[in-house]
Amino acid sequence: MTGISVKGLTKRWDTATAVDDVSFDVEPGSFAVLLGPSGCGKSTILRLISGLESASAGTITIGGKDVTALPPAERDLSMVFQSYALFPHLTVAENILFGLKVRKTSTRDQQNRLKRVAELIGLSALLDRRPNQLSGGQQQRVALGRAIIAEKPVCLMDEPLSNLDAKLRHEMRVEIRALQRKLGMTMVYVTHDQAEAMGMADRIILLKDGRIEQNATPAETYRKPATSFAGRFIGTPPMNVLALDWNGNDARFHGQNAGTTAPIFSGKPQTPVSIGIRPEEISFSASSPCRATVETVEYLGADTLVDCRIGSERLTVRARNADNLKTGADVGLSWPRDAVHLFEAASGRRRDDLLIGADA
Amino acid sequence: MGPTAKRTWIHAWLFLSPAMILLIAFTHYPAAVTLFHSFFSTPRGKREAKFVGLENYETLIADSTFWTVLVNNLWYALATIPLSIGIAIAMALWVDSKLKGRSFVRMAYFTPTVLPLIAVANIWMFFYTPGFGLIDQIRGAFGFAQQNWLGDPESALNAVIVVAIWKEAGFFMIFYLAALQTIPTSLREAAAIEGAGRWYFFRRVTFPLLMPTTLFVSVNAIINSFRLVDHIFIMTEGGPDNASSLLLFYIYETAFRFWDTAYASTLTVVLLLILFTVAIGQFLLLDKRVHYR
Repeated sequence: MTGISVKGLTKRWDTATAVDDVSFDVEPGSFAVLLGPSGCGKSTILRLISGLESASAGTITIGGKDVTALPPAERDLSMVFQSYALFPHLTVAENILFGLKVRKTSTRDQQNRLKRVAELIGLSALLDRRPNQLSGGQQQRVALGRAIIAEKPVCLMDEPLSNLDAKLRHEMRVEIRALQRKLGMTMVYVTHDQAEAMGMADRIILLKDGRIEQNATPAETYRKPATSFAGRFIGTPPMNVLALDWNGNDARFHGQNAGTTAPIFSGKPQTPVSIGIRPEEISFSASSPCRATVETVEYLGADTLVDCRIGSERLTVRARNADNLKTGADVGLSWPRDAVHLFEAASGRRRDDLLIGADA
Repeated sequence: MGPTAKRTWIHAWLFLSPAMILLIAFTHYPAAVTLFHSFFSTPRGKREAKFVGLENYETLIADSTFWTVLVNNLWYALATIPLSIGIAIAMALWVDSKLKGRSFVRMAYFTPTVLPLIAVANIWMFFYTPGFGLIDQIRGAFGFAQQNWLGDPESALNAVIVVAIWKEAGFFMIFYLAALQTIPTSLREAAAIEGAGRWYFFRRVTFPLLMPTTLFVSVNAIINSFRLVDHIFIMTEGGPDNASSLLLFYIYETAFRFWDTAYASTLTVVLLLILFTVAIGQFLLLDKRVHYR
């Protein structure tokens, strides 16, 4: 099996730097997701790995071989495009076989592999159709088929599900993940959808402005976001990140009256920090000293999103059985101590050290 | 018919009428009259036209000039159509690629289309001038003898063909360029990942995707090969010995030099029949092989 190693990868255009000194490794046979908002450089990194773009600096190693200067075809990988890039004049079978025909594989081998792949992705009945006679999901499968018939050890996917509706997207997510495990491919998958990343990835490489924010497993990314950006990007609704004011050794939410309210916690003072708490960690508790005013209530069925004002800050609570709350009501909020994340206000860096010894 | 339906019907005809009046007055009526005249003799002086049945068509079959001109025209079509289309595709691929000064090259390729054919003919007259012309000067530099390109029956038609190709290729290039730009770059990238070379990609993807354009362009090219004769007036006047005369030029000569309007009508009917058959045949034949997205 083949791993990928990226070191100091940089891509500059005339004025803009799309990818800035990025390094990461993808374990053989694992599923890595490049996640980030649009313009963060995730697609550019994928195109650099594929060889469709050439790097300004840095090296890319696939299976221990330096491929930085090689053309795409010599990198031993397959790729699925966001637009699927199916050839509109060719049938499904011809589309899937395109690469094998380029490489002049024997007809018998072609037919055997086509049969196997068509069964694997459930397209056996549609092999004679043209792409414009297929639904979006079926087109997606053809693109997938074209990638896996090559039997390359590495597969790159560039937002392959973004043109599908929500239900289909979920199904394909499960299917792609199962396929990747079954075939033992090393997968690099680009998406801006954090749910997709959380559901599929062995590792999430979170990017912002061409740099890596965090490279960790989904669980770690969720539990210990490295920056406030990572905290807000993973999870819906996003993590509450609120500015804190120091008053002596006490920290309060920005705009809370030091005389009348209890501090959020006490600890090492004077570093400007913000506090991050996930909406699902907060619960209503009548006796809590931390008081807030309900501003809006959004009923979602399984749970309810309640926006509360606390000091001059606003925070979202995701709670069950809260649909009877009224706007303007006074509520008490509480959260477990280990749900508190502290971030440096200026850099957004996680500062666990500030929590040690603090009384939250 | 209810009042609403009647009003819709009147509106429909009102909207159709401007185009229809023009088409009938200047296309269908003249065509019908031409067919009608081809069965009559040419009126001369006091002698009125009289019905002669198929006599004009018998003359036509016996007319050796007609056959010369027809063969010329077929050769003209066979040479100009594939060459101008081939050159147009090559130029379009070239100016579609990443290239410095791309818009300048595009403009340069399109210039012949903008120039009137009469002006083009005059430019090429200079190129072809024996001894002094551009071509002979270049040939002279390599020690070749001078050649009267337009005066020699062997080369006159080919010389005229070159001008037509030069004029048409740039025009067709614009259509191919537009078609090329609708082909998503991701197709090229997908093919690059599979290791398809440029020629393989062109043969298997680009060219098939250009088929609708090729159909459109080839219909135009065929029509033009019977229609574009302006440069012949300037360059050869059909000579020497009808060597560069084409069907439409012969029709013009018959009608407005020899004033044999009946025989000119007969020739026109033949021209219309050829164009009609070719256009229909082309659509029927190529339609199956053209992939419309």
